[in-house]
Amino acid sequence: MALPGKDMQAAIAATRFGLGARPGEIDAARGDPRDWLKAQITRDGADQPATDGESAVQRLAEYRQQQEAIQAARKAGDQEAVKAAQRDRRQDVNQDFLARAQLGAATDASFRERWALFWANHFTVSATKQITASVAGPFEQEAIRPHAFGRFEDMLVASSSHPAMLTYLDQAQSVGPESSQAARAQKRGRRAGLNENLAREILELHTLGVNGGYTQADVTEFARAMTGWSVARNADEGVDSAFLFRTATHEPGERTVMGRLYGQKGMDQARAIMADLATRPATARHCARKIAAHFVADDPPPSLVQRLEKAWLSSEGRLDVVATALIDAPEAWEPTPAKFKTPYEFLISTWRAAGTQPQAYNLLAPTLNGLGQPPFRPPSPDGWADEASAWAAPDALIKRMTFAQSFSQRIGDCLDPNTVAANALGARLSEPVAKAVARAESRPEALAVLLMSPEFQRR
Amino acid sequence: MTDHHPHGYSRRQALLGALGLGASVTFMGRPARAEVGGKKLIVLVCRGALDGLSLTPPVGDPDYAGLRGAIAYTPEQALKLDGTFGLHPALTRTHALAQKGQLRIAPAVATPDRARSHFEAQDVLETGAVARYGASSGWLNRTLQTLSPDRKVEALSVGAVAPLILRGQVQAASWSPGRNADSNARLPTILQDLYKTDPLLGPVFARGLQTEAMAQIAMTGLSAPTQPMEGMAQPNAAGMQAAQRQGLSAAEKLGTTVAKFMTQPGGPQIVAISLDGFDTHAGQMGQLQSRLAYMDALIGGLTTGLGPAWSDTVIVAATEFGRTARVNGTGGTDHGTASSALILGGGLKKGGIIGDWPTLKQTALYENRDTAPTLDMRSLFKGVLRDHMGVDQRALDAKVFPDSAAARPATGIV
Repeated sequence: MALPGKDMQAAIAATRFGLGARPGEIDAARGDPRDWLKAQITRDGADQPATDGESAVQRLAEYRQQQEAIQAARKAGDQEAVKAAQRDRRQDVNQDFLARAQLGAATDASFRERWALFWANHFTVSATKQITASVAGPFEQEAIRPHAFGRFEDMLVASSSHPAMLTYLDQAQSVGPESSQAARAQKRGRRAGLNENLAREILELHTLGVNGGYTQADVTEFARAMTGWSVARNADEGVDSAFLFRTATHEPGERTVMGRLYGQKGMDQARAIMADLATRPATARHCARKIAAHFVADDPPPSLVQRLEKAWLSSEGRLDVVATALIDAPEAWEPTPAKFKTPYEFLISTWRAAGTQPQAYNLLAPTLNGLGQPPFRPPSPDGWADEASAWAAPDALIKRMTFAQSFSQRIGDCLDPNTVAANALGARLSEPVAKAVARAESRPEALAVLLMSPEFQRR
Repeated sequence: MTDHHPHGYSRRQALLGALGLGASVTFMGRPARAEVGGKKLIVLVCRGALDGLSLTPPVGDPDYAGLRGAIAYTPEQALKLDGTFGLHPALTRTHALAQKGQLRIAPAVATPDRARSHFEAQDVLETGAVARYGASSGWLNRTLQTLSPDRKVEALSVGAVAPLILRGQVQAASWSPGRNADSNARLPTILQDLYKTDPLLGPVFARGLQTEAMAQIAMTGLSAPTQPMEGMAQPNAAGMQAAQRQGLSAAEKLGTTVAKFMTQPGGPQIVAISLDGFDTHAGQMGQLQSRLAYMDALIGGLTTGLGPAWSDTVIVAATEFGRTARVNGTGGTDHGTASSALILGGGLKKGGIIGDWPTLKQTALYENRDTAPTLDMRSLFKGVLRDHMGVDQRALDAKVFPDSAAARPATGIV
């Protein structure tokens, strides 16, 4: 498979592997586009957004304080105070999201950022629960970004033991039916029991995939092994970490998952199961296909999937090795763009093309809500879809146009549209679009045409 | 197309101008037809596995209360349907329809899928195939393909993105309440030109412009403009009741707006609406109360808005699978098998439940955990499509629901 010329490669590197070209970026990549990408693979993981720096532990402590304040205000009938407390709470989450979007818009290593976003979506948590919302930002910062180019197993364990995941998928409340806690609960006439949610999604979504060969019995056994993986309820329980292993809720005994016996005690049991899951061939296949589908095409070339799978298996799930294999794969450099941008990708690439970054949460959220991708709120543990059929709907396209119009009216007057077009798309800019941009009747109109052009909507 | 519109044109005219004369005439100017084309179908896709034993609690089943424990509804709480079944307490307007003979339930229905995975099962529910990846288009889209040689049928999905059930060869419209496009710009015309050779964006964009024009007409008939969807606001802390009231009135308005779309000449006769939030692993009762109240308000809005057309309309509410018969340790239920479906319509036939009730006896439970399926979901859909929408049975068996001859259409619903 012949690679396209260096100009086309540079445009692909910045727009398909990365989050869209900022001014000058395609020029910077032109020397050796592959090396330019590989230089973004760094052992210490992905960059951290400039948030308030609060960890999950601090956020949970805050969450509990806010909860008390809200209850007290409600008791006192002070609706204004209740509203104020809730506003504070939302503020943190919104700032987390804005900081991430600003990083995406400004970074000169946007392949690294896209890679981190891919894994954050693979291990989806959603702000649909308030407690999960409070730690959705820290989840990415603590469980995903540090491991972005490390071992998949480490990311799996970090994700599965993070309070965001433990609360989102109900693991924190799961109690082993034969545990001492269950016995105590029964004496007091209360019921406590197993919750399979996280165990199932780890198997179905995070590791093996839905056809990965596990059964309902494996789900239940894994769920039993996972009992005890929980979240500290107060500072006395957990000072350094929000994660807490509760021996009292752990189901005693040996477990058999996918034909293997696990005799470990306590939290080591689920830990050992995860270590095995991380390196199973089904996991390599599942993740390889997902990476290929995200970066290259909704229905990716099987040869590309095989390459990634091989890199995964030979490195036992080292994500830097897999990322390098993706860059080296000729299938990833097909000049015709096959991926339609998700709403988030469209917005971030818009700011990148303009060489600026979003200054307020409200410049992002209403549009993302309208386009069906509300901030930090994927609809299910499956995460955001990234195939065209999910996003290229009639109403969504009209809403993209509306956004492009208002964005362009706001800043289009200070930019030269022809330069913006050349900088944003490089060799990917087609003749008809270049012409339509040049012929537009105003600068804002020209910028809106560029943003809505077939090649800018794709990558 | 390079024509400029003089100032003073209405946005509708501008949009229609951008559509090109042929399309706008077909779409907007077609007179109302009087034949079978008047039949309407609305499918509510309840995502997340809606618990059938809460939607239509079998309060008369002797094992129900024991299995459900703290999340069981008492016979007094449930809105009575018959000696065995009630409706969830939040479904008051739906219950009023039931009392007029306009509701039937299928209390133990399931797709052919048994994997208990949301994503796989939703695929199967929406593609109408026997297994995941069995088809890449939705069965409502293939229904349109089947009907289109004889009569023009339009379809619409509500929401910014099209659900799988309506994806496929025939381009269906999608719409959601939100900000409107700026009609004075030339941009739509320029983009139509740039998209004309684009197989994905060309048809999708044309569809979007058509629907925008239609939305204008539908909404001018409303007393107030539809508000944009709420963003981060969460109706589960203080102000919950206020937020919920707001949510319910939004649901009602959504229903009446969609109904107005449907009753316009040439408006959509087939509509798909997704409802989510039904994955109730913990704290099930509270979650279902608000989600089902939303659904009830939506149904209320639809029936009110349809007016006389309600007698030609069927609403089906279905989910990808049901939940465990027993309550779990966290006041919720886990992934199960059969669930309950609602069939509503102004012209339903009288009759009892659709399909059999397997009971909740321990020996009757599927894998000793779930309500056992007694009715294939496809049979339910096929019965409605054949007897209400007039779809040919051979097409149903082979094309709309591939290889489904063994799943015979449920009879006597419409």
